Amino acid sequence: MHDAAQNAVPVDHSDRAARFIAKGEQTTWHDSVLWRIREKRDAVSGSVEGWERLRDLASQIKEHTLSKLDEYLIEFEESATANGVQVHWAVDAEAHNRIVYDLLKVRGVRRVVKSKSMLTEECGLNPYLEARGFDVVDTDLGERIVQLRGEPPSHLVAPAIHIRREEISVLFHEKLGTPAGSSDPQFLAGAMRQDLRARFLAADAAITGVNFAVAATGGLVVVTNEGNADLGVHLAPVHIACMGIEKLIPKPEHLGVFLRLLARSATGQPLSIYTSHFHRPAPGRELHIVLVDNGRTRHLSREDFRASLKCIRCGACLNTCPVYRRSGGHSYGATPSGPIGAILAPGRDMEKYAALPFASSLCGSCSDVCPVKIDIHAQLYRWRQVAVREGHISGKKRLGMQMVGWITRRPARYRLAGRLARSLLRYAPRRLLYGRWNAWGRARELPERPARSFGEWYAAEREKE
Amino acid sequence: MKQENRHNTGGGAGNGTQNGSHAREAILEAVRRARLPAVPLPAIAGVRDACTGDPVSRFMVSAKVAAAAVQIVETGSVETAVRERFPEGASIATTSAAWSFDRMDARTDAHTMAQLDVLVCPGELGVAENGAVWLGESGMGPRAAPFLTQHLVLVLDRSAIVSDMHAAYDRLDVAREGYGVFVAGPSKTADIEQTLVIGAHGPRSLTVLLTQAARFKSVTI
Repeated sequence: MHDAAQNAVPVDHSDRAARFIAKGEQTTWHDSVLWRIREKRDAVSGSVEGWERLRDLASQIKEHTLSKLDEYLIEFEESATANGVQVHWAVDAEAHNRIVYDLLKVRGVRRVVKSKSMLTEECGLNPYLEARGFDVVDTDLGERIVQLRGEPPSHLVAPAIHIRREEISVLFHEKLGTPAGSSDPQFLAGAMRQDLRARFLAADAAITGVNFAVAATGGLVVVTNEGNADLGVHLAPVHIACMGIEKLIPKPEHLGVFLRLLARSATGQPLSIYTSHFHRPAPGRELHIVLVDNGRTRHLSREDFRASLKCIRCGACLNTCPVYRRSGGHSYGATPSGPIGAILAPGRDMEKYAALPFASSLCGSCSDVCPVKIDIHAQLYRWRQVAVREGHISGKKRLGMQMVGWITRRPARYRLAGRLARSLLRYAPRRLLYGRWNAWGRARELPERPARSFGEWYAAEREKE
Repeated sequence: MKQENRHNTGGGAGNGTQNGSHAREAILEAVRRARLPAVPLPAIAGVRDACTGDPVSRFMVSAKVAAAAVQIVETGSVETAVRERFPEGASIATTSAAWSFDRMDARTDAHTMAQLDVLVCPGELGVAENGAVWLGESGMGPRAAPFLTQHLVLVLDRSAIVSDMHAAYDRLDVAREGYGVFVAGPSKTADIEQTLVIGAHGPRSLTVLLTQAARFKSVTI
């Protein structure tokens, strides 16, 4: 599942989606609960005066920062270092994992608590550390649930959205010893609170992600609703913050723009409960920042796709996506999942993720809700073209596209094909039309075939005049 | 990143064998090679909250939406208000000399605090649009304290409420202290079936006491 595992087996989105949809009732619930988040987002964003202007500003600030990213990285490093923060650089996932491992190893760390970080998920840090004997505990409730199940998160903001309370009840009964059959969310969350509080107090090191890093002040901003990042960081002697280099913004005043957008877009809250600003380690403690590239500079050089580096990981594009809501996060086989994942993952490994840009209706709703105005659906379309050009689509699909291309290139061919299809569809047996070859027809009926084409009708009407 | 994609347009910081300053140079060099067109940094204009209403009442509405309790009290009666809110026998501590509860400061070992019931801290600034209160390191004792306590009380002067986040960052010097946090409600989660649970890992409740001098007494809600 993890990128770092680099198993070359291509992700078959439709196959994985079919498995998710097989759960029927749960799929319907998944669809509706995510749409409710979208509705909340609409309500709160609609109540903010100048919302569209805010999106423009956020987009421009990110584009500006990316255009001078080298300068801002240096400025950030200088400010952070002056603050007593230790800055590390990692070109890829392996280097990132190695840096974190070395920091922990040298300090004799055994117990690590983590708060949510898509970057460490992308780098496969947990399995890397676990394989080397560390006790790694995710502390966001949803992240902890998927960790105990041995799964990756299925949603950027709600990692366990694909799991029903009854399944969590069984899981907690097994892992935490809660009474069998207790499935009240308040009770289950309370049980985890007890379990994790002990782990926070005993932790030797805390690892967090980063929502924003401020170049001018060398500061980090980490956002949570649960307070788990702070509990981890403030109780452990060592804090390691892992961030992609695209998380930089120039000045503190820019936080105002992004924070007004982030929680409203993510969950419909005006602000997350805790927005923590780290500038210096507490006395006697250590604060490390790992700046990670892992394909980001390469992505920066792709004019058609670099805008996806503006992403602030709010998850709004997931909640609104008709495909994501009905196929579930795990169908993408990538973290993050959803529309944003479908434009980021092919940039990291096209061979593996070529199917993802096709997991979209290209309706454009993702681009409409994106708080930093990434042209998500346009990028999905462009990635499809890359995938075809580079031969990453199946022979069947390729043959079909070539045939359609050949037919539509000449009007005479097109008209003939239309006439043939209209008569063929009338007489061909259903078994043939909806045979195994017709994946499209598995869940759809062909439209009523008209007696004549629009072109024929138009010509006939002109005759009459 | 083992797989170099064929549509790679030539950028990228190479493979993972470099470390330390090599990695730094490789990343910076790769950024420069991408040669992005210059984009000006926009001024933050046209988005400031134009709401002309009373920021205090807006703050109260926002905080309640975030499941915080808000109460206007006279400056001199903070202790009474706190004691009224929690059962007798609750352990109450504060980080400020202004109130007569058990004192704690940055040297207090946070690991001994897991049993603390109530922590009372001075807030520096409130934000009307979202009900958030800025709590600076100097006002929280050990950094873990406002997260470990079962219940958190923030005391904020009603004149310290600004309209929106832009005004908040204009007013704050976020780098002045090593750590600072906007607190906008009690710790919460919706990770189990999107059902709201208050008191996820941190405080089970947040109370904001808005203080005012006695002469404002008539302005009650």
